[in-house]
Amino acid sequence: MTQTLDRRGTGPLTSLTPEQLTASGHPRLTVRGRGAARRTLADRTLKVLLMIVMVLAAIPLVLIVAQVAQRGLGVISWEFLTEREAPPAREGGGYAAGFVGTGIMVLWATAMALPVGLAAAVYLVDYGRGLFATVIRFFTDVMTGIPSVFVGLAVYALLIVGSGGQISFGAFPGAVALAIVMLPIVVRSSEEVLKTVSDELRRGAFALGARKWQTTMKVVLPAAGPGLATGAMLAVARATGETAPLILTAFGNINIITDLFNVAIGAVPLQIYNGARQPFAPGIERAWGGALALLVIVLVLTVLARWIGNRALKAHRV
Amino acid sequence: MSSSASPGTGPSAGASTTPVEEPSALRSRGAARYSDRAFTIMLWAAGATVLLVLGAMVVRTVSDALPVFQYQGFFSFVFGTEWHAGFSRQEFTGTYGAWPFVWGTIYTSLIAVGIALPMSIGVALFINFYAASRVRQLMSYSVEILAAVPSIIFGLWGLLWFVPTVLHPFSIWLNSVLGFLPFFGGSVPNVNYFHAGVVLGIMILPIITAVTREVMATTPVDEVQAAYGLGATKSEVLRKVVLPRSFGGIVGATMLGLGRALGETIAVLMLVGGSQRFDTRLFFAGDTLAAHIAATFQDASPETLVALMGIGVVLFIVTMVVNIVARLIVWRFAKTAGAGDAL
Repeated sequence: MTQTLDRRGTGPLTSLTPEQLTASGHPRLTVRGRGAARRTLADRTLKVLLMIVMVLAAIPLVLIVAQVAQRGLGVISWEFLTEREAPPAREGGGYAAGFVGTGIMVLWATAMALPVGLAAAVYLVDYGRGLFATVIRFFTDVMTGIPSVFVGLAVYALLIVGSGGQISFGAFPGAVALAIVMLPIVVRSSEEVLKTVSDELRRGAFALGARKWQTTMKVVLPAAGPGLATGAMLAVARATGETAPLILTAFGNINIITDLFNVAIGAVPLQIYNGARQPFAPGIERAWGGALALLVIVLVLTVLARWIGNRALKAHRV
Repeated sequence: MSSSASPGTGPSAGASTTPVEEPSALRSRGAARYSDRAFTIMLWAAGATVLLVLGAMVVRTVSDALPVFQYQGFFSFVFGTEWHAGFSRQEFTGTYGAWPFVWGTIYTSLIAVGIALPMSIGVALFINFYAASRVRQLMSYSVEILAAVPSIIFGLWGLLWFVPTVLHPFSIWLNSVLGFLPFFGGSVPNVNYFHAGVVLGIMILPIITAVTREVMATTPVDEVQAAYGLGATKSEVLRKVVLPRSFGGIVGATMLGLGRALGETIAVLMLVGGSQRFDTRLFFAGDTLAAHIAATFQDASPETLVALMGIGVVLFIVTMVVNIVARLIVWRFAKTAGAGDAL
């Protein structure tokens, strides 16, 4: 009745010679059907193609890391980490202003974004219901996609223009801009982690008579701890590398600034940008050094975050 | 249950005895009765803050940009092809048509996605289905870590090494071979749409790959095994089972990458050219919305600042449309395919 095994593949059974059939009249498994050669070729071709693509994709990404490491290593020294930068055309000095500025702004941004983001995530998972929660979830998703330069522009308009000159370019608007960049990342990653906390833990806490807030603070959050740390660290890594919003809010400074308000402040990415676009070799060399420092900070944060997250995941499975 | 059923006989009944940690004691304290409500309100406020921040940013930038929209008209601001910044403090004296930047944004992003998407699918397929299981974990790890590399580093590397040593010579060669075709003609400056687009593509490659790989990993094993059982070759399994299953996720990942490309500032700023004109040629030194804001902000006159706000609003609208469409697609497919968790 069924003349073909496969419309594209093996072909009609009737074309087989008696030697190719078993005693019961079925084709032997060793028989290669009509399309077999073509299909094998397609299979091999795809494999080779994917290998080529893999290598092509890996080359530039490996090159970036390797070259930043190679050209940056010679630059990084104690002086580079602790002194302010010389003018682009002159040798010497370093990115201390940038390190201090980035440190201050990322710290404040984390202090702002983390509690709010975490609380919002808890709300979405355990408290929020209905339309309001859906709206928050949707717009948090949308917020993840906002260009960071737009965030910088909006913070400039809201804080610097909006305060009528009370707040000028500096660490505070910079930190707010970074916090807004971090916020949706913290909310979404925390939400994913909190969702994985087993309901049995919550019910256990309720059964012991704990209030809902006690369950949240003493059971759910500690249980999700490592995962929450992963999300937070990824957000910090993202904020550390941001350049565009800081151009519009922190403005950049080659002096070491520790004030939160009213003095333009430097940041590592800003210094890299300024060094790289000048035509002077010393400034460009220092930019490579800054890039390596930034890359190390971001990669260490990311690797550590993944490691903590994976370890927690394994602990859950046991 | 038993202790709360008979509170009078429990050890906590007497006021003089030390308080005992038990449900009935917790429940009875007066002020504590409101603790749950207060906590819920706090959390609600945090959720509302997210909306408030987004709302405040949108309202403020739109209202700040309103004068330039009124001066030019919104549509002639977006589609106008002339951009001449004025230098006035009080009034508008320049011409503000942002189309060259809109065009540059779309052009460079399409180049980036055009390069990154096929490669991402290839890399994701390779990691998931061809790589030895020992290196698979390491590879997917590396992809995720590379997705975190800051864009300034891509910009620096592109500007100082990749473009001068590899990409610019390649562009010149391409131009000399295919120069008679519409997109490849003209002169080849060292900064142009193509160079920005390629570096942007390298940048979003790990981002798209990370999501695509995760989505593909959720392909039901029984379907894959069933296809093998029917005699399908590996390439047939990938093309007929894995790809259709992950289609929604791949579209979502692409839109995510596109969103990143559209809004990317610093890497593009260093490579796109910074002119205020536009062209269909690949090797034309143009500019994008985000890059133009960052490039001219620090030296802008008051009237140009308002115009930059206008650019910001246009950029916001463009990226929002892309993002919302992406989310809707992913949400839709997540319902049917169960692959949305990866995003």
